[in-house]
Amino acid sequence: MENSPKKLRLATIWLDGCSGCHMSILDMDEKLLEITPFIDVVFSPYVDAKEFPPNVDLTIVEGALSTDHDIAIIKKIRENSKLILALGDCAITGNISAMKNLFGSDAVLQKGYFDLADINESKKYPSQIVPKLLDKVLPLHEVVKVDYFLPGCPAPYKAIYEMLKALIEGREINIYEYTRFGK
Amino acid sequence: MENKKIIIDPVTRIEGHAKITIDLDCDGKVEDAKIHVTQYRGFEKFCEGRMYTEMPAITARTCGICPVSHVVASTKAIDEILAVTPPQAGINIRKIINLAQILQSHTLNFFHLSSPDFIYGFDAPKEDRNIFKMMQTHPVMAKDGIILRAFGQKIIEELGGKRIHPTGITPGGAAKKIEESQKEMILKEIPNAMKIAQGALKYFKENLHKFQKEIDSFATFPSLFMALINPDGTLEHYDGVLRFIDSEGNILEEGIDPQNYKDYIGEAVEEDSYLKSPYYKPLGYPMGMYRVGALARLNIASTCGTPLADEELKNFKALGGGKPVLNSFYYHYARLIEIIYAIEKIEELLNDDETISETVRRTSKVSKNRGVGCSEAPRGTLFHEYHVTKEGVITAVNLIIATGNNNLAMNAGIKQAALAFVDGNNITDGALNRVEAVIRCFDPCLSCSTHALGIVSSKIEVRDHNKNIIKVIERN
Ligand code: SF4
Repeated sequence: MENSPKKLRLATIWLDGCSGCHMSILDMDEKLLEITPFIDVVFSPYVDAKEFPPNVDLTIVEGALSTDHDIAIIKKIRENSKLILALGDCAITGNISAMKNLFGSDAVLQKGYFDLADINESKKYPSQIVPKLLDKVLPLHEVVKVDYFLPGCPAPYKAIYEMLKALIEGREINIYEYTRFGK
Repeated sequence: MENKKIIIDPVTRIEGHAKITIDLDCDGKVEDAKIHVTQYRGFEKFCEGRMYTEMPAITARTCGICPVSHVVASTKAIDEILAVTPPQAGINIRKIINLAQILQSHTLNFFHLSSPDFIYGFDAPKEDRNIFKMMQTHPVMAKDGIILRAFGQKIIEELGGKRIHPTGITPGGAAKKIEESQKEMILKEIPNAMKIAQGALKYFKENLHKFQKEIDSFATFPSLFMALINPDGTLEHYDGVLRFIDSEGNILEEGIDPQNYKDYIGEAVEEDSYLKSPYYKPLGYPMGMYRVGALARLNIASTCGTPLADEELKNFKALGGGKPVLNSFYYHYARLIEIIYAIEKIEELLNDDETISETVRRTSKVSKNRGVGCSEAPRGTLFHEYHVTKEGVITAVNLIIATGNNNLAMNAGIKQAALAFVDGNNITDGALNRVEAVIRCFDPCLSCSTHALGIVSSKIEVRDHNKNIIKVIERN
């Protein structure tokens, strides 16, 4: 990676995922130390930036879209990122996050906040300050253009490493050597 | 001046997403503060109709940080339904994997998420407060964190088949026996892991004096504590009975069978958070506030049962002067002691001949229609309750997630910190970082508790009573 003159402005975000794909990024272990000199992490749960910044080279997105705010943020990400990488099966297909689509948001809310609650004084689902659940959880590409798809549950750390390395070096790789859906 | 509201959104360097609101009165003084967990996935609903055999793999996906805890609680609930007792080797394999996860998760909180605050201070520029900056300025410490976390993850991968969402823990026991070569590989890495863990503990203790104000006001108050414990009073993460103690250390309930958790724990819904608030039923809501996790476990246990951890436990207990330690800042301390305990215990279990015996699993058929699985996750006590038909189809699920248990205490804690540090007329980044740092003490796994997600904004919105934004303050 010696020849890469400019640092990659990298953002990572988890939407409706389990954080497993973000943990898989950390599972690169010592390879993280090899990668970090070539990246600038400008937005991520691992850093303290609060607003999605402009001119991001690559945004890695974990998780599906399941609230009105997810939709707003993914559009903002698209406007401000050259490339979007959908990391893991939830971002690509909805996966486990979309299992609630079989029932719809009313049924899952009814279960959690009425059937399985001892006290609910307001007699309502949580609705103040919190974002609104979409009735159907969506994969990213239903709402924005996605440039790369890296499947797996989670996307394996080896695949993440090879992908990042290729992007930093500006070359193509065949990612299916390293991962597949459901892996 | 009108009443205002400060919003920190999203809360960062925690495992999940949430936002915090701070209400100010007319003079700019803090009136109230709350954490709002902002996403909900509905596992309890969508698992209905699945086969019980799918539950470990599905519920693991509630959380990528502590999937092992979910797999353990899930398989224990199923063991109960199958009325099967796993062979000792199977139990030991589960325990080792579980301890490896506690180790990696505590390491993640200490090194990757919280230590930037200890190294650079709570008032450091926000661009600096992260692990990537640490890699530049404190490369040895950053690398230590990576290696220690990797040690835990590699054990999970070796014995569980995969680092995240492992498949090696199955109903009735474990999927595969431990090979001699695996045992040797893990044992070989133990001395280095212990060296790193003790180094972290030393660093933490040497720097504690810098944080007296935080120690005093980061969720420092009386509350109940709950944890699993062995009947002889030693620390336990896999099995045992439930115990509640009060802030004086009195045992409120002894020897509660986790199958009966519902007699003691109720859940309340708040309108402005997707995270429900569990409470101790005999005291009601919200009086029945209790804390769980490493601090609770070490307050409740009389010993760890391993030599090095026990040595440090004495110093920890001395902070409470014979009573429970009430300062949530010491969750960090408790986690570091538990890391040392986990390393010692993994070594002990690996050297137990039972652990590498051939039979690791027993099979059985559905014999009961209800089962509760309970374990101590890194962040506290976790419950999975399933109801099944005699064919094994799930008809009802209830999950109480470790972090959820701390919801009332986290809210009380951020209010206390906001009162101590936030001045509405001069809002500083350091003050707001401290309010977030209270949350980091609890190490909440919000992705697991409901799947939390905040809208992203660096701004603090100041709103009047009608929630109209009257002023926007940039976070920096
Ligand atoms: S793809 Fe799997 S590991 Fe990744 S967020 Fe979804 S459930 Fe978690």
